[in-house]
Amino acid sequence: MSGYSCRKCGEACAINMRQHRLALCENDFIEWVRKHTAEFIAKHRMIEPDDRVLVAVSGGKDSLALWSILLDLGFRADGLHIDLGIEGGNGYSERSRQYARRFADGISPGTVLHILNVRDIYGKSVPELARKGVRGRKKFCSACGLVKRHEMNRTARELGYTVLVTGHNLDDEAAVLLGNVLHWETEYMARQLPVLQGNDSGLIKRAKPFARFYERETAAYAIVSGIDYMPDECPFSHGATSLGYKEILNSMENQSPGTKLKFYFEFLRAKKKGLLQGYTPAELRQCGKCGEVTGSSGLCAFCRLIERARLP
Amino acid sequence: MVKVIYKNSEFQVPGNTSPRKIIVRLGLNPESTLATRSGKLISLETSIGQQDEIKLISVVSGG
Repeated sequence: MSGYSCRKCGEACAINMRQHRLALCENDFIEWVRKHTAEFIAKHRMIEPDDRVLVAVSGGKDSLALWSILLDLGFRADGLHIDLGIEGGNGYSERSRQYARRFADGISPGTVLHILNVRDIYGKSVPELARKGVRGRKKFCSACGLVKRHEMNRTARELGYTVLVTGHNLDDEAAVLLGNVLHWETEYMARQLPVLQGNDSGLIKRAKPFARFYERETAAYAIVSGIDYMPDECPFSHGATSLGYKEILNSMENQSPGTKLKFYFEFLRAKKKGLLQGYTPAELRQCGKCGEVTGSSGLCAFCRLIERARLP
Repeated sequence: MVKVIYKNSEFQVPGNTSPRKIIVRLGLNPESTLATRSGKLISLETSIGQQDEIKLISVVSGG
């Protein structure tokens, strides 16, 4: 057994994508990922020619690979790295920032990496904020996600970016969908899309150009492209529910290739045909304190988290 | 024997195998694991000889 050959050129195969019945060599895989990223962006009208794009850059494989491809495709795309202040015994946030910085130093001049430090702005790191908040006591990841979403939108809005893109891959999306289905979170399901339009209240358009790729494909792309990415998982992610969902989905995928792809894309198709019609997302307004968009009638969830963290 | 590196640990497994078989033998999931040999990405069906050294990479991130 010598393994599969590339379907396009016959060279040794670097990756076999069983869900597509497609084996490709390194070069043809790089081409395939770039082509399908461009097509997915165009199909969902994620980025228009005059858009200013801000990429959320953690320093991990997905965000660095995405930023790299967007620049290769000719988009005007700057990066935003949020230093969460996570130590975790190995300087997790500091190392993540270094990976993001090193990558940014090697790309085209004129492309900017904005670095924002949560502790510098709010006086506390994300773990400290999470420990004080109800969200954090129960779910660190939930508080972290809240802080990141708030800061990404605020930064994009204040700096005049028109689209915020994140490196979420299909495994991320399928795991979120599985969690939402298990709890019948229909309002969350109604707004789970590869692209969310912005609005006049200050919500910046958000897009996920990698939502059609499996996580092993984005990792493979980073490896074959020589992208030096942060390899460690967040120390707070151990035991996270979303990782459990990913494991379940990958077990099913291993038994039946294409399961994740069908789960996510058939959901999007069904939604387009009217599934979840009537489940409209909560009306958004501006938070009276920070000015960011919120579905709450009082302070937004982020400001409530900050207020709780400031209590003695 | 094949030398296998995974997350700062080293293992020895019998040769004439494939990354997929090694991954399964180690109790990992082939859907969330990639393999490289001499720094080059290889498909999980690639033939692995007695003297080879391969590195397994977990692709899962997030929380």
